[in-house]
Amino acid sequence: MTFSEKYKDEIADILSRYPVKRSALIPLLYVAQRDQGYVTESAMQEIAQLLRLTPPQVYETITFYTMFNLKPMGKFHLQVCKSLMCALVGSDTLLGWINSKLGIAPGETTTDGLFSLSVVECLAACGTGPMMMVNDDYYEQLTEDKLDRIVSDLRSMGTSPLKSGPFMWPEPLRSTDRVTG
Amino acid sequence: MVCRDRLRPPKAAGTRVFCVSGHVKRPGNYEVPMGVTVRELVYEHAGGMRSDKPIKAFIPGGASAPFLTPAHLDVKLDFESVAAAGSMLGSGGVTVMEEGTSMVWAAHRLMEFFYHESCGKCSPCREGSAWLVQTMRRILAKRGRMEDLETLLDLCKNIAGRTVCAFGDAEVAPIQSTLKYWRQEYVDLVNEAEAANLIRLEPAGRP
Repeated sequence: MTFSEKYKDEIADILSRYPVKRSALIPLLYVAQRDQGYVTESAMQEIAQLLRLTPPQVYETITFYTMFNLKPMGKFHLQVCKSLMCALVGSDTLLGWINSKLGIAPGETTTDGLFSLSVVECLAACGTGPMMMVNDDYYEQLTEDKLDRIVSDLRSMGTSPLKSGPFMWPEPLRSTDRVTG
Repeated sequence: MVCRDRLRPPKAAGTRVFCVSGHVKRPGNYEVPMGVTVRELVYEHAGGMRSDKPIKAFIPGGASAPFLTPAHLDVKLDFESVAAAGSMLGSGGVTVMEEGTSMVWAAHRLMEFFYHESCGKCSPCREGSAWLVQTMRRILAKRGRMEDLETLLDLCKNIAGRTVCAFGDAEVAPIQSTLKYWRQEYVDLVNEAEAANLIRLEPAGRP
């Protein structure tokens, strides 16, 4: 089944929110990424067709944002902030810990397919660095002990009570939530 | 005539949330009255410096605001005072760096951020940010040349004000301000590069 067949209703719902078709690009890419864990080339082509964009326009949008993946990722995507504010409080040391504990450098995935590591720019938690995002969850003021606990929690529970946000992650908007009339 | 004055907002009223980050004891978000000094924010609210070293530099308003020096510690954190000191209040993200932090490294880290965030619509920003970041990487890797410093300033001058959005003005702030206050650190790294360049394989077999 193709991407647009599989998510027919959701795509129609997303498209109905925007007066201009191409505005739906990022929400549709999120749907495609949720499906496979990354955006496949065929999904990119389908989205381009749906929105009357060229495939390069879709591709260039994906490559601008670090939250979109172009290749299969591990179950847990560790995204470590490397901007100055986190770097001042040791984000490079944090990357070293991850490298020695999980054996992965930025851009790599563990052989068991559990953890992928990326370095990203500012995640807007400058007061609580060093920090990282694991999938959609924030883990802040990281120490070596905390990292150990997070990794073992993720392995055993799939999440960790040490997660500290984001507190205002918006719930996905459904057509029924919208004010009508 | 009367209402014009009444409609104008007071220059520095109410409170503002400042996010204090970097080498302080208690980083985090602090809601304080507009117009507190940086000294008060750092030493009273954020608990002072991490290892009690003196402040070397701070950024008063997020990555896009030019760096300031300890001489500006008593500058009031309101829009006009910070602007008069040559920076901007911006987002209220106050980043504090202690003595012993490399300003070239700090400016380079921010430049990597701006290089990544440049959307690419305007050529001065798209090409300029790539050029700036490559030059900074080279200087930091001790392969810089003295003329790189002029290149940096020249690039900054040709990006700011020449783009559709304010990102162009923002991305040159770290390099321009660190070159203004800590030029010697750039010069030292270039000098090391030039000294290292003298160590080379001597040719053999000459008469």
